[in-house]
This record gives sequence, structure tokens and C-alpha cells, in this order.
Amino acid sequence: MTIQLRRDWWLSDAPESALQARCGRFYRMGLRALRSPAMVFGLAIIALLVLAAIFAPWLAPADPNAQDISQRLLPPGAAHWLGTDQLGRDLLSRVIYGARPTLMIVSLVALLAAPAGLLLGMCAGYFGGWIEAVLMRITDIFMAFPRLVLALALVAVLGPGIVNAVIAIAITAWPPYARVARAESRTVKGSDFIQAARVQGLPTGRILFGHLLPICLPSTVIRVTLDMAGIILTAAGLGFLGLGAQPPMSEWGAMISTGRQYIFDQWWVAAVPGVAILLASLAFNLVGDGLRDVLDPKNG
Amino acid sequence: MRRHAGPLALLRWGISLVLMLFVLLLVTFLIGKAAPIDPVLQVVGDRASPEAYQEARHRLGLDRPVYEQFARYVANAARGDLGRSTSTGRPVGEDLRQYFPATLELATLGIALGVLFGVPLGMLAAHQHNRWIDQLLRLVGLLGYSVPVFWLGLVGLLVFYAKLGWVGGPGRLDDIYQYTVDSWSNLVLVDTLRAGNAEAFRNGLSHLVLPAALLGYFSLAYISRMTRAFFLEELSKEYVLTARVKGASELRVLVRHVLPNVAAPLLTVIALSYAVLLEGAVLTETVFSWPGIGLYITNALFSADVSAVLGGTLLVGLCFVLLNTLTDVFGLLMDPRART
Repeated sequence: MTIQLRRDWWLSDAPESALQARCGRFYRMGLRALRSPAMVFGLAIIALLVLAAIFAPWLAPADPNAQDISQRLLPPGAAHWLGTDQLGRDLLSRVIYGARPTLMIVSLVALLAAPAGLLLGMCAGYFGGWIEAVLMRITDIFMAFPRLVLALALVAVLGPGIVNAVIAIAITAWPPYARVARAESRTVKGSDFIQAARVQGLPTGRILFGHLLPICLPSTVIRVTLDMAGIILTAAGLGFLGLGAQPPMSEWGAMISTGRQYIFDQWWVAAVPGVAILLASLAFNLVGDGLRDVLDPKNG
Repeated sequence: MRRHAGPLALLRWGISLVLMLFVLLLVTFLIGKAAPIDPVLQVVGDRASPEAYQEARHRLGLDRPVYEQFARYVANAARGDLGRSTSTGRPVGEDLRQYFPATLELATLGIALGVLFGVPLGMLAAHQHNRWIDQLLRLVGLLGYSVPVFWLGLVGLLVFYAKLGWVGGPGRLDDIYQYTVDSWSNLVLVDTLRAGNAEAFRNGLSHLVLPAALLGYFSLAYISRMTRAFFLEELSKEYVLTARVKGASELRVLVRHVLPNVAAPLLTVIALSYAVLLEGAVLTETVFSWPGIGLYITNALFSADVSAVLGGTLLVGLCFVLLNTLTDVFGLLMDPRART
């Protein structure tokens, strides 16, 4: 059975294979998602961000680090669409290149924190007893810590830079995923299909990853998407304080920080990267909201 | 979750509070240990003889086993001794006592604004579910979640300070008022009132209003959204219908019948956003040159002042943990089901 490109195959009410059923489910979800204009808007911006990050050298009209002091602090105009900064660098090019560190930090944090939290939460929920008590106690404690300040202290100790920013944010970002995953696994732990799997003698690992994981995944994906907005803001905050990506790399938070000196007269130097951060985090918020409606209708 | 009642519950929360503080201390201690800065060299300088180095190392207790160092760290912190800041040359505890009130003033005014506007707006949105006002508030909330606070602060300064001149600029007071009132509580509004200096009070307020409104907006986004969710859930219940059938006005239904039922979770939300504001002040203070704990931590960061950074982190963490525990206890006391 192969995937067919006919519409009625995707929407068939009587799927002939598991693959077809799964494809149909995703297709329907996609259709539902595309009905919400907010979600489409968010997806479009994220797509734009990814494209900007990948094709930055071709999209940017100028080298983001090319300095030209004679062209410094120019307002937006024909030669430089979004103006130039204090070193005469083209702001549009810097904003386009700035998508790279932002997306990198966001995806690395998500890849580090979400699986860790998910695994901890699943184990806590599935095993119960003292394992759950200990794991959730630790989660609660980390949940009660100030995220930004802790990340700040960590970066201060590890030294500024993108990798350390990622580590610092990830260390403070995993507890919510553990909570969500634990709640999900607790509710399905006693259900028949888990019992059946256990009676069949399936090893615990396969029950966890084959049966429990798919149940926990949707709510985790929603959380990750909603969290990405917060991660973008945290990363930008670290950059603004000079603790994220180091110059001359163009990073939006750091760009605002340099634009700060010129805010009263050359407002665009700080305004342009700020709008970029706003749009990026707005996009993830919109998509997260939309995903919640699609994947998790009971909490809509 | 199963609820315990009475003194047993309070004891449980007490134990969890102690546990949290212990882990918090452990985390800051470990971060300090991991710092690539040699505290001995900071004391003796890098040209000291090996003997002087060993002597200083011994005096700082760094030749002891790690667990002993940690025990000493905990004991010192319990006495309020957080070490000496290398950048200000004063004990960190003293510095924090001076800087923290500025943050507290800012965050408290911010949360007051957030609650004052957020709760009624959330109620309104729930009542007008899916109507235009609900959609508008959703948009306002979404923007609040998405906009970087330091950037909005800059834009606010540009518009309301530089262009319109409605508010005071960065800092807590204009320079001419700077040393006219003695700092008794380190809260500008309190100090100027105490000095009976109305002009300085107005000036302090004009400096405070923009950053406080900014923080208020961020807590409003969260508080109004959660209020709306809590009210939506309650409004579909039968007691609401009963109250309406009996002819209670909509305002009475919302305030007298529903509000008490959502008070406990709402309080948790408010306490959480208060804690977040205390922490979020780090970025706001940088923009507004507000001499609070956030500015203190960031300044310490750049002079590699580890004990100041960790002291500040510890204080913010303490506020977090205390607020968390307090709301849990309050929630328990407010819930009639937990009373016996």
C-alpha cells in the first residue's frame, strides 16, 4: 500500500491500512488548522523565518558585517530599506542573518529540554510510588526557581555565548514538560491497552516508548510550541544583556542593546530588531494556540 | 491531589519550604563552585607567593572538603552573610538591602496595576465570550506574551519621555531631587512622603509610572487570560444558572457567586505573576537605569563578581519559593473542603 495523491484516498472513511488511516488523520488535522487565519499567519511567519535563516546569504542585500562609516545611522530608504546602524551596517541584512542564532537557540533548547522532561514525567507517571514522589519533588523545586535569573547566573559562570545560553535556558526549561507528561501518563497508566501490553510481557521500555509516548506527545508538542515564544524572549534578553551571541554576529537582542544608545534620535536601529523578535514570538504563540485547538480539543 | 487539613498540612508545607531552600542553596553553591574565577586570586592578587596563596586559601576555607564548604555556605547564608562583593567592596547582604526595595516598589506597583485591570478585564472577556471585546483582549494578551519587555521599555521611553514628555526618564528621581530626601526605607514614594516633600514625591511617581505600567501590562496579559479561563469554566455550571433564574444581576453573579469560587486559583496566578515580575525586573531595570536588584545582578555579572551574582540569585529565588509556598498555604486555608 502506498500513499496516493487522490483526495478521496486521504479523506476515506474506510481506510484500508494503518498508513492510510494515519495519513487521513493528519490530513484532516491540517485542514482544520488551515481554517484558522491566526494559525496560517503564524505558520507563514515561521516559514519565512526558516527560509531567512537557511537562505540568508542569498536573501540579504548586503554583507551583515560590512561596515561603512560614511553610511552610518541612515534612516530607512531606497539604498538601505531598513536603514543602517552605528557602523553603517545594513539593518535588513542583519535582521535576516539574526534569524539564524534565534532559530538555533530555540530548536536546540527544545531538543534538549523537551525529551528530558518528557522522559522524566513519563517514568514518574508510569512507575508511581517513590520514583514518582522523588522525581516530581525535584520538578516542583525546579519549577519554583526563577528561570531568567538562574539562566543569567549560569551564563555568568559558564561565560557568554550561544552554546552556554542554550544550556542555561534548557536547564531551566524542562520542568513543565515533566509535569505535562506525568499527568498524561498517570491517566492512561491503568487503561486496558497498557494492561494488555503488560500482560503480553512487553518489556517496560517498549511500553513506555511504544504505547505511552504517542499519548504524551501531542500535549508536549503544544507546550513546546508555546514555550518557544518564551525561549525566543529569554534568548533575546540574554543577548540584550550581552550574554548571548557575541559580536560581530548579528543577534536581535544584542542589536536592540546597541540601538539603545541611539533610541531618541535614530529609533530604527532598536525598533527594527524589536519588531523581528515580536513577530517571531507572536508566530510561535499563534501556532501553539492553534495546535492546542487542533490536537487537544478537550482543553480548547 | 489529595488535600490534607489542619496543622499537618502546614507542617508538610514547612518541610517542603525548607527542602526547596536547601536545593536553592545547593544550586547557587554549585554554580559558584563551577565559576572559572579563583576566589583566592581575587583576594591575594596574581603575584602572591605560594605561601600567601595557601594561607589565603586556608582562611577562606577552600582547603576543606566540599560538603564542609557547603555547610559553611548554608550557615553563613542563614545569618545573612553572603560574602563580600568585589565590585562595591561591601557585604553583599548590605548591598541587597539597599537595592532590593527599588525592585520591590516597582514590582508591587506593577502587580497592583495588573490585578486592578487584569481581573475585571478577564471577567468581562468571559462574560462577553467570543464577542469583539473578548477578541480584542485576546489580542492584547497575545501581544503581551510576545513582545520583549526591554524593547517595549525603550519604545515607551522614546514616546512618552522623549517625544511627549509625559513621564520622567530613566532613574528613580531627577538629579536635583537626588539627595534631598534621606533614604529611610529605600522606597522612593515612602521616603519622599515621609520627608513631606510633595514635589519630590510627584517626581518619583513620574519616574515610576512608565516602568510600573510596563510590568503591569505584562502581568495583565497573564492575569486576564487566566481569569477569563477560570470564569468561563464556572459560568457554565448550574449554580450560575440558578442565581440568574433567581434574578441576580450579571454583576452580582460574577462578583458574589463566581468570584469566591475562583479566588484560590486566581490567587495562585497573581502570586506567580508577582514572582515573575520581581524576576522580570532584571531586564526592565536595565532599560530604565532603575537601581534595583536586577541592575545590581547585571552589573555584577560584568565585573565577574560571583558572590554578588549568587547573592542576588538567592534573594530572587527566595522570593519565588516563599511566594509559591505562601499561595499553596493560602489556597489550602481558603478552600472550605480542606477545613475540618
